[in-house]
Amino acid sequence: MEAWFALLVGIFFTVAVYLMLSKFIIRVLLGVAVLGNAVNLLIFTGGRLTRGVPPVIAGGADALDGPAANALPQALILTAIVISFSFFAFLLVLAWRAYEDLSTDNTDEMRVAEPAKEPMPPLGY
Amino acid sequence: MKSVIFRTVAPFLTSLMTLFSIFVLLRGHNEPGGGFIGGLIAVSALAIYGIAHGVETVRRAIYFHPLAIAGAGLFAATVAGLISLFAHVPFMTGLWVYPSIFGVEIPLSTVMLFDTGVYLVVVGSISSVALSLEERGGE
Amino acid sequence: MAVPTSSPVDLSAALVLGPTTFADWLVILPVAWCFAIGALLVMLRRPIGLHSIIAVAGLAGLVLIDALLLGHVATKGPVTMVMGRWLPPFGIAFTADLTGSLFALVAAIVALAGGIFSLADINDSGRRYGFYPFLMLLMAGVSGAFLTGDVFNLYVWFEVLLISSFGLLVLGSEPEQIDGTVKYGFLNLVATTLFLVATGYLYAVFGTLNMADIARKAEGLRGGAPLTTLTALYVLAFGMKAAAFPVNFWLPASYHTPRVVVSALFAGLLTKVGIYALIRVLVMLFPVEREELSFVMALAGALTMIVGVLGALAQTDFRRILGYLVVSGIGSMLAGIAVGGPGGIGGAIFYALHSMLVMTGLYFAAGIAARLGGDSSIATVSGLYRKNVAFAALTLMLCFAVSGLPPFSGFWPKVMLVKAALDIGAWWLAAALLLAGFCTVIATGRMFLLAYWRDDAAAADETVQLPSAVLAPLAALSLLPLGVGLYPEPLLATIQSAAAGLAEPSAYLNSVFPAGGLQ
Repeated sequence: MEAWFALLVGIFFTVAVYLMLSKFIIRVLLGVAVLGNAVNLLIFTGGRLTRGVPPVIAGGADALDGPAANALPQALILTAIVISFSFFAFLLVLAWRAYEDLSTDNTDEMRVAEPAKEPMPPLGY
Repeated sequence: MKSVIFRTVAPFLTSLMTLFSIFVLLRGHNEPGGGFIGGLIAVSALAIYGIAHGVETVRRAIYFHPLAIAGAGLFAATVAGLISLFAHVPFMTGLWVYPSIFGVEIPLSTVMLFDTGVYLVVVGSISSVALSLEERGGE
Repeated sequence: MAVPTSSPVDLSAALVLGPTTFADWLVILPVAWCFAIGALLVMLRRPIGLHSIIAVAGLAGLVLIDALLLGHVATKGPVTMVMGRWLPPFGIAFTADLTGSLFALVAAIVALAGGIFSLADINDSGRRYGFYPFLMLLMAGVSGAFLTGDVFNLYVWFEVLLISSFGLLVLGSEPEQIDGTVKYGFLNLVATTLFLVATGYLYAVFGTLNMADIARKAEGLRGGAPLTTLTALYVLAFGMKAAAFPVNFWLPASYHTPRVVVSALFAGLLTKVGIYALIRVLVMLFPVEREELSFVMALAGALTMIVGVLGALAQTDFRRILGYLVVSGIGSMLAGIAVGGPGGIGGAIFYALHSMLVMTGLYFAAGIAARLGGDSSIATVSGLYRKNVAFAALTLMLCFAVSGLPPFSGFWPKVMLVKAALDIGAWWLAAALLLAGFCTVIATGRMFLLAYWRDDAAAADETVQLPSAVLAPLAALSLLPLGVGLYPEPLLATIQSAAAGLAEPSAYLNSVFPAGGLQ
């Protein structure tokens, strides 16, 4: 099962890297979103795939009754989802603003902060 | 949005969803639910109201600025952790009180205060983004 | 397996049962304090004039708390506090050792200087947009990153400071800033995602995220687990955060676009958080793997130094020159981490602390120079020396300090790093360090020569008064390196014991697991 998940994670990473290599902001953004999911899946697989009940101790007992699912990777993923969600929201707004203000979504043409042709610094006093 | 049906239904839907979001928030301590998911439900409620009646109406309806709500939530969450200082236990330790209100014992805790803070942070910050996006889309 | 409830449960195996003293609270207080003040500021939207007062007072309080923490750690050893009194490795631990509290204190000083400078730099619209709340949240993230004892928690603090830095970067929303933020945002997000990938693998290998727990378990796992791959991933992720070559391109693309005080704080704080994380993970958690990757890192460090300083030589804009100098300084720290040993690690820590103060000061100077000269290019600005002599003198001190010339603070870490590199026979690394220092002298010297000393024919003998909110932080950040350079012994001794504490973390482990803890 882990092997299949590893393959799936690999496919996710491939798609993400391919999209992020694009020049267009919106594709890069989609790539970042896929990348976040790839990592979440990676953590999930890294925490061992087990079929188990939630680690909740039943009333009247002091210890777990049989094997239980590992809750920590899920907690990590939940945190990562929240963070990547908020980042995605921010970057989406930012990309939209960039498209409005710079009137392009091609990163090659985004040269406002670093103009393409700049004069040399003065060579003499 | 021009649809009469949607405009009529939206207020009911919004109030129901807000109520449900608070229910989800409160049941979160022992069962699935909690501040984050409750907050998201509340934001969707506000977003629906915004689509139906315009962003200005939503801003008037929630009275406070969305980011001020988020700030209040962050403050509540921090305070929930800091209360432990006075009980001589480490940061974020859950402290419980069981006051009896009208004969009913209500368990209150710093954990719940923290979760309420999370709820407010999510409501404030996400609705601020959602409302500004809706505003832009309407232009 | 079900155990009846009647059996007595030994709570001491899972929970902290003893009372918590105020000294323990010092570990968590920097973060909680910043969050509380930041949240308060977000709530206060109307009385915008109060923002700056509360924020500067809050930052002064942060300096005080961090100084108390450093004093406590220096006398009593590392301090640990766990969240919700769950014992480590189950509870998230905050552990302050000498390295962490030193970084936190210097970061707080830099932030206080920035807070005072902002009184004159941030106008009402910037305040309304939320400069001060973002600043406090940024400091919460930075302090959290320096003081946490948990790898995943470190990731969370990285994200906290990243999201507040986004807010600070787009303050003003000019096209140039949006452009810079796009590059900064996407590349930093990729960097933190790489960090998360590495942390996912770390958890899969170790089954724990507590740094002390990892440090003591690493020995047993060596040989059986892909620890070198894991460490390489961390080097890439933190290297990208620290703007090391060849993943440094986001920094020069964005650091010159925001407000002066914002870029000054970023230059002082953000890349150094990456360096701190690199030191923490490589030196304390994976020392053997650091040896294995040593050559690659030394090469990256040397290239970062040279490429950075060459970039600085090719620029005309004040702040773009400084952006490349930040990158160049990161190379020196990377070289120190690669060399290792007390000299290398101590040198890297010393250089990072020095760089936090000096780079922030230089950005302040660049902002003032641009305001006095009416432009930000060394080709057109001239005669600043005549306009304000005190300001020119302070800038010259900072230029000396950043180039590593005596008697300023940059000199000692350079000496330590060059000596450490020569001791292991890496003459080329020592040569790169000296060459980078030499080129930095040229870059900053040219800036000073053209913009300050060149006579301005149009406006001769016209002095300009500067407000004290602008001059005071600049003076503090240039006199502090002078003081450290003239009398380095106390700081040097602290840094040496900090480096020793990282290389031999038994005090750190004892603080997290007082009785040996669960194995």
